[in-house]
Amino acid sequence: MTAVSAGVVSTKYAEAFGALDNNHTPAWVTELRKHALAEFAAVGFPTTRNEDWHFTSVTPIAERTFKNAKPGTVPLSAAELADLATGDPSWPRAVFVNGRFEPALSSINGLGDGVKVQTLAAALKDAKENSDFVSQHLSRLAAWSGQAFTAFNTAFAQDGLVVHVTRGAKIAAPLHLIHVADAGASGAMIHPRLLVVAEPLSEFGIVESFVSNKGAEYFTNSVGEIAIGNGARVHHYKVQREARDAFHVGTLQVTQGRDSAFHSFSYASGAALSRTNIYTRLAGEAAETRLNGLYLIDGSQHADHQTFVEHIAPHCASRELYKGVLDGDAHGVFNGKVYVDAEAQKTDGKQTNHALLLSNTARVDTKPQLEIFADDVKCTHGATVGRLDDSALFYMKSRGIGAENSRALLTYAFAAEVLETIELDALREGLERIAFERFTHTEQR
Amino acid sequence: MLKIDNIHARAGEKEILKGISLTVNAGEVHAIMGPNGSGKSTLAQVIAGHPGFEVTSGSISYLNTDLLDLDPEERAQQGVFLAFQYPIEIPGVTNAYFLRSAYNEIRKARGEEEMDPMEFLDLMEKKLKLVDMDVAMLHRSVNMGFSGGEKKRNEILQMAVLEPKLAILDETDSGLDIDALRIVAGGVNALKRPDNATVVVTHYQRLLNYIVPDFVHVLAGGKIVKSGGKELALELEAKGYDWLVEAA
Repeated sequence: MTAVSAGVVSTKYAEAFGALDNNHTPAWVTELRKHALAEFAAVGFPTTRNEDWHFTSVTPIAERTFKNAKPGTVPLSAAELADLATGDPSWPRAVFVNGRFEPALSSINGLGDGVKVQTLAAALKDAKENSDFVSQHLSRLAAWSGQAFTAFNTAFAQDGLVVHVTRGAKIAAPLHLIHVADAGASGAMIHPRLLVVAEPLSEFGIVESFVSNKGAEYFTNSVGEIAIGNGARVHHYKVQREARDAFHVGTLQVTQGRDSAFHSFSYASGAALSRTNIYTRLAGEAAETRLNGLYLIDGSQHADHQTFVEHIAPHCASRELYKGVLDGDAHGVFNGKVYVDAEAQKTDGKQTNHALLLSNTARVDTKPQLEIFADDVKCTHGATVGRLDDSALFYMKSRGIGAENSRALLTYAFAAEVLETIELDALREGLERIAFERFTHTEQR
Repeated sequence: MLKIDNIHARAGEKEILKGISLTVNAGEVHAIMGPNGSGKSTLAQVIAGHPGFEVTSGSISYLNTDLLDLDPEERAQQGVFLAFQYPIEIPGVTNAYFLRSAYNEIRKARGEEEMDPMEFLDLMEKKLKLVDMDVAMLHRSVNMGFSGGEKKRNEILQMAVLEPKLAILDETDSGLDIDALRIVAGGVNALKRPDNATVVVTHYQRLLNYIVPDFVHVLAGGKIVKSGGKELALELEAKGYDWLVEAA
C-alpha cells in the first residue's frame, strides 16, 4: 500500500485544526493539542508495514480528508434514541451528537453523589494546569507518542466526558454514553474523549454506544482513559454499531491498581472499517482483568480488535474471550498481546479466540502474541477458525428443524455464548435480540 | 414399521456395520445390546441419518418409504426420533424455543398449523411432569450446565413433545443413578402406544428391568450375533458378552 506521508497529513488537517476554538481554552490545553497535532503530522497514518497494523489497511481513512463535524441536524426523539442505543432507557445517560454534548437528550440524574460527571468542554474551560482534576489526569494514560490515532484525537477532541468516582462509591446504575452520528457528520470526523478515574474501593459501570442516525461516511476516532484505583471495580461495555459506510477507531487505555477488577466487553457490528484497541496495565498486585468481545460482520466489512494486557505486578489474572461471526467477503482480525514483566510472578493469563466463517470468501487473521519474562506463570492461548459443528447441526436436524434454520440457530448460539458473559441484563438481552434477528430473520420470543 | 435389510455402513475407511438385518413392528420394544465398539450407536445414528456414516449397501425401509433417501430433518418430521448418548449444548437458545421450533417444524411438515407460544406452554406443563422436570428448565439454554441426568431427561422430554412413531434411545441409561433411571424409563413407558415402537440401545441389562423389551439383539463386530426374548438380557447379565463374541 502507499504510505500517506506525514507532510500530507499535516497540510490536510491544518485548516480543520485552525477552525477549532482554541482561544477560549487554557494555554496548557492549546499546547497539548498543538503538540499532539505535530506528533500526528510527524507519524502519519500507520501502514501495513507497522506490525500493529499488519492485517488492517487504513488507506480508506488516510485517503480521505475528513472535515470538522457540524452540530446535529436530524431531530431525535427519546423513543428513537432508545431504539438506537441498546440498553435500559432508564439508565443515566450522556448523549453526544456529532461529538457535541446534547443536554436535552441527556439525563445524568440517578448516578448519586459518589460520582462527579462533567463534559470535557466544560471541564477544560477554566481548568488550570496541574491544579485540578482534569489537568491532572487528561492524556496521562493514553500515550500519543508514535500513536497516530491517539495523537489525532488528542489534537482534535473538543468534547467528551470526565467522570470522577469517589473513594468507596458504589454506583448501581451504569452510565450510558451514547455517541450519535447524524447527517451533520457526513464526511466528517468525530473525536470523542472519555476520562474515568475510579478512586479506591469504588464500583462503576459504563456503556459506550456508537450509533448512526443517518450519518454517512464519517470517521469516529475515540479515545478513553480509565484509571482504576486499589480495590476498585470498573466495567466498560462498548457497542459499536456505526453506519455501514463509516470508519471507526476506538482506543481504550486502562490502568489497574492493587486488587482491582476491570471487565470489558466489546461488541462490533457496524462500520466499513473498524479497529478497537483495548489496553490494560495490571500495575498493582492481585488485579484481575477480563476482556470479552463479539464481532458480527458481513459484506465487505473489516473489523479489527487488538488487546494488550500488561502484567506488571505479580498474582494478577487476565481472561480473554473473543468471538467473531463472518459472512460475505468480511475480514476480521484479532491480535491479542500479553506482556508479562519479570516481576509479574504467578501471573495467570488465558486468552481464547474463536471465529465462525459462514462463507468461503470471509477471512480472519488471528495473532496471539505472548511476551513472558517471568518464570513462574501460567499463560495459555487458544484460537479456532471454523465452520458450524456437524454434530450440533445433526442434533438440530434430528429434531425436525430444517437445515437453514438449524444453521441460523447454531450461529446465534455461537455468538450468544460470549454475550452471556455481559453482566448488565438489559444490554445482554438487547444484543441477544439483535444477534438473534440477524441470523434467524425472526423475532426472539 | 422399520425394516433394515443387510445394511453395511462405514465411517471414513472403517467399516462398522457389516450386514445388519432387523425388523421392528408397531407396538414392539427392541433392545440392542453388545460390547463397546460393536456398532450399536452407529446403527442408531445411521437410522437417524448422521452424515458421518456412509451406508455402502443394504436398505432401510420405514413406513414403506426408503429411509436412506431422506435428510435427518425429514426423518424426524416423519416420526423418527433419536435420544442422543451425548446431547449437544446450545448456548443462548432456550429449551422452550428449541422445543417449539422442532414441534412446529414437524407440524408444518404434516400440514398442521403452528402452535402459538402460550398454547405451547400449556402443552409443556403436562410433558414436564412425565420426566419430573421443573418449568424453569424451559427457560434455560438447551443442555447448558445440565447434569448428565438432566440432559438425559431433557432428551425424553423432547421425545414426549415430538411424539415419534419410532424412538431410538442411544445409551440413555449411561451415567444415570437409579432414581434418574426410573424417571427416564417411566417417561418412555408412558409414551408407549400400540402404534409406535421403541429401540433401546444399551450396554447394560439394568435399564431393561424398567423398559421391558419384546426382543433382545446382541451386536458384535458390526453384526447381530444373537436374538432372543427378554430372558436373553438376563443371560447376558450373568454370562457377559464374551461367549457370544467368541462364537461369532
